[in-house]
Amino acid sequence: MTSQNLYKFCLRLGDTCLILSHRQSELCSNGPFLEEDIAQTNLGLDLLGQAEALLIYAAELEGKGRTADDLVFKRAERDFYNFMLAEQPNTDFSFTIVRQYFMTIYLTKVYEVLADVSDEVISGISAKATKEISYHRQHLFMWLKRLGDGSLEGHERIQTAVNELWMFLGELYEQDELDIAMQKAGFAISGSEMKSYLMDQIQSHFKEATLSIPENVYMVSGSKKGIHTEYLGHLLTEMQYLQRAYPDAKW
Amino acid sequence: MSRTEDTQGSLWEVFVQAKKGLPFKHTGSVHAYDKEMAVQNARDLYTRRGEGRGLWVVPSDSIIAVDPFNDESFFDPANDKVYRHPTFYDLPDGMKNM
Repeated sequence: MTSQNLYKFCLRLGDTCLILSHRQSELCSNGPFLEEDIAQTNLGLDLLGQAEALLIYAAELEGKGRTADDLVFKRAERDFYNFMLAEQPNTDFSFTIVRQYFMTIYLTKVYEVLADVSDEVISGISAKATKEISYHRQHLFMWLKRLGDGSLEGHERIQTAVNELWMFLGELYEQDELDIAMQKAGFAISGSEMKSYLMDQIQSHFKEATLSIPENVYMVSGSKKGIHTEYLGHLLTEMQYLQRAYPDAKW
Repeated sequence: MSRTEDTQGSLWEVFVQAKKGLPFKHTGSVHAYDKEMAVQNARDLYTRRGEGRGLWVVPSDSIIAVDPFNDESFFDPANDKVYRHPTFYDLPDGMKNM
């Protein structure tokens, strides 16, 4: 496996954690109640830590003198490789929960595999992230059940979020040349293994949460080539505002 | 002015144990709709900076408190009985948590 491949791999995973963490940070002071506001922001902080570690390593592997901050604040939309699911907005609380829940079961498996690789930076980041993500899983699954198997309104809202976000799941198990190279190096499981893992998890959780799985949904694709939904550009204008308005500002 | 109605779930008192073997100490309270949520909220508020290895949550209305405005007859009689304090013993050096 080349360091160029590992660079791109870290960039993809780092971008997904980064954009997810930014979405979570938007909930700061906007949570449904104080305790949950803090809980959601905490999930974002954990993800930001993972993004930082991965992007610092990515910058080092790239070897072109860029820093993690350069990667975060000085790339344009088409140069981001996060999953489209990660950039979906906090339309309402159930969208937040479903987005984070899907990403969390995915990340659980990703970090589980990466915790055993021989690259010590990656295995170190992943061992730490595994503990964090394991709590995210508990918290998000609690909300999935609470909303799904609670009041009629809660159920309808979370089922709507599931239906709307389902089309972004395909990206989590599709594979391109980089994925296949990383699978050969032992850094990832195959797309079909990921798909069956995700569906097994979702099926058993949805059963408990009394949610139904949407059928015949067209799966979107493109983030691995830098193609995104309309939401990423808006997110970046806010996230990158300071660096764009005051390049290399220091304080 | 009337009191604002609390719509954010019931109140739970949080007790954190800094290390295994030490007593649990009251650290604050959280809102939650049931015990599962209470434990998770308490974790996010009170133990994210390594404050503890043990955590209890108790529904606030399960705690019976002495009326703070009528506490004199309850506590004052203890004041002048110095012999109730084991202050006449020498404690070994290095003794902690007494």
